[in-house]
Amino acid sequence: MSARDTVVGVDEVRHVALLARIGLTDERALALTHDLNTILAHMEVLRGVDTRGVDEAAGVGAGGMRLRKDAGPPTPLAAPPSEFAPDMRGGFFIVPRLATHDGLDASASGEHSE
Amino acid sequence: MTGAPARTTVAQIISSMRAASRSPTDVTKAALARAREVDEEERLNVFLARADKSAMNAARDLDRDARARETAPLFGVPFAVKDNISVEGLQVSCGSRILDGYVAPYTATAVERLRDAGAVLVGKTNLDEFAMGSSTENSAFGPTKNPIRPSVVPGGSSGGSAAAVAAGVVPIALGSETGGSVRQPAAFCGVVGVKPTYGRVSRYGLVAFGSSLDQIGVFGITVSDAALALRCIAGRDELDATTADVPVPDYLGSHPEGSEGSAVSLKGLVIGRPKEYFPKELDPDIAKLCERALDRMRSLGAEVRDVSMPHTSLAIPVYYIVAPAEASSNLARFDGVRYGLRVPGDDAGLRGMYEATRSRGFGAEVTRRILLGTYVLSAGYYDAYYRKAMQVRSLIADDFRRIFSSGVHVLFTPTTPTTAFPFGARTEPYDMYLSDIFTCTANLAGVPAISLPIGRVGGLPAGGQFMAAHFDELRMFQAAFALEAALGPEAHA
Repeated sequence: MSARDTVVGVDEVRHVALLARIGLTDERALALTHDLNTILAHMEVLRGVDTRGVDEAAGVGAGGMRLRKDAGPPTPLAAPPSEFAPDMRGGFFIVPRLATHDGLDASASGEHSE
Repeated sequence: MTGAPARTTVAQIISSMRAASRSPTDVTKAALARAREVDEEERLNVFLARADKSAMNAARDLDRDARARETAPLFGVPFAVKDNISVEGLQVSCGSRILDGYVAPYTATAVERLRDAGAVLVGKTNLDEFAMGSSTENSAFGPTKNPIRPSVVPGGSSGGSAAAVAAGVVPIALGSETGGSVRQPAAFCGVVGVKPTYGRVSRYGLVAFGSSLDQIGVFGITVSDAALALRCIAGRDELDATTADVPVPDYLGSHPEGSEGSAVSLKGLVIGRPKEYFPKELDPDIAKLCERALDRMRSLGAEVRDVSMPHTSLAIPVYYIVAPAEASSNLARFDGVRYGLRVPGDDAGLRGMYEATRSRGFGAEVTRRILLGTYVLSAGYYDAYYRKAMQVRSLIADDFRRIFSSGVHVLFTPTTPTTAFPFGARTEPYDMYLSDIFTCTANLAGVPAISLPIGRVGGLPAGGQFMAAHFDELRMFQAAFALEAALGPEAHA
């Protein structure tokens, strides 16, 4: 395992914490910077492994996630859409017209658009 | 307290009730009393919640069920469940403050199936927070003590379930495995622990940690106990798409109840002894116990073959990239909006609330792993860490495939490199991670594995591990039955 210099700085730890939505005190951010660098140093051994042509975790499961056939009708609903939609026309849901679209389509009439 | 507390196996409980000398109510009362004793008098901190009322109601129903008395495979047998598995109406804390006050609205399939088999749930057991740890020291509710010697850890993360079995509260318990969280505490507490093949047992109702690795596992006093419990919970479940539609054999078929102690032939069985699992860092006394076990199996007719699994040493780095990466995604849901704890932030905004809740709610190890996982998945690092780890994971799985297609039926290794260690002995995170060095390979490859007691070192239990090919739990159990019978009382001496 190769020794390496610190690669994760405290600012980077703060950035990752922001992504993970975890608030950190200054003290905790420093401690985690130390921990992450120590742990990641042990991961360096992977860099030396020849993985050319190796798939990512190919066949790790015993057959992997089974998918249903890409055929047949869509998953049935408990009730047809016309029963719970406020309004439908030609198989489409009718939704409130956006104010930003006003005047864009002279042919549209009424307060709804498809 | 030292040594092994009095324990009653599933077979002993069932035969006592079939003979009508005891009722399910009697057995349940005894288990609940022992559960109170281990926590209130012995202060082992095994249970996070007890289900006294529902347990007694279930037992009374069984008292009146003459048909179940004859047919239910776990009739009246008390069991415990790790507190990251959902049971409707009971808390599911995951050993974390962030789920404070959360009550499960539904029941895990594995628990349903044990109940359908006649078993009675007595309580939810302690664990490392979100199953991240190897000692239960990461529980927000304090560590569990090892019933064999309370000054050492019980292992983890399913330490509470292992301790419940070891302390004689229940003969079987459910735990969960992501990198060894059933087998390692089983080894530390001197009981049997099984990690089934990935896809063998439904994870519906298990709080997700590392979804490509997680499996519900079982603890038992004996191999028979664990095999029977697994037989009851295994099989396809429409509620978990990763469960496989593979027939579940009768694991006890070759080893009927009550045949404990009788010699079983292993003629024709080829056992692989992978040299990478016997490194110089291995406790020499554990190595000796493993060699004794291998000698016993040779004398039963097994062929022991030296084999090599060259990518084994890479398993810990791979595991501690893959599991935290998956955890960082799975645990994103705990944000103060939908579950448990909510802490208002300083700036009253939504982000402030998220950050305050997650900062206060998660403990140090969970925070560490979420940040590690977020880091290895983030732009610029994904290829160097996560993608690389998943490629090396393929190589580790290939090691297993190659060995099992070369005529080797099972592998035998130590379960852990040391016996249970004292509380506070491992303060550097990576030192703790090394506890999983012999177990996490089975999770990475998805194969089944079992740990069973093979003797003691300085009074503390040591575990031996069998691993088998995908869905070949039957052969794994046959080897374990034979070794257990061959060692007899020496397994606990």
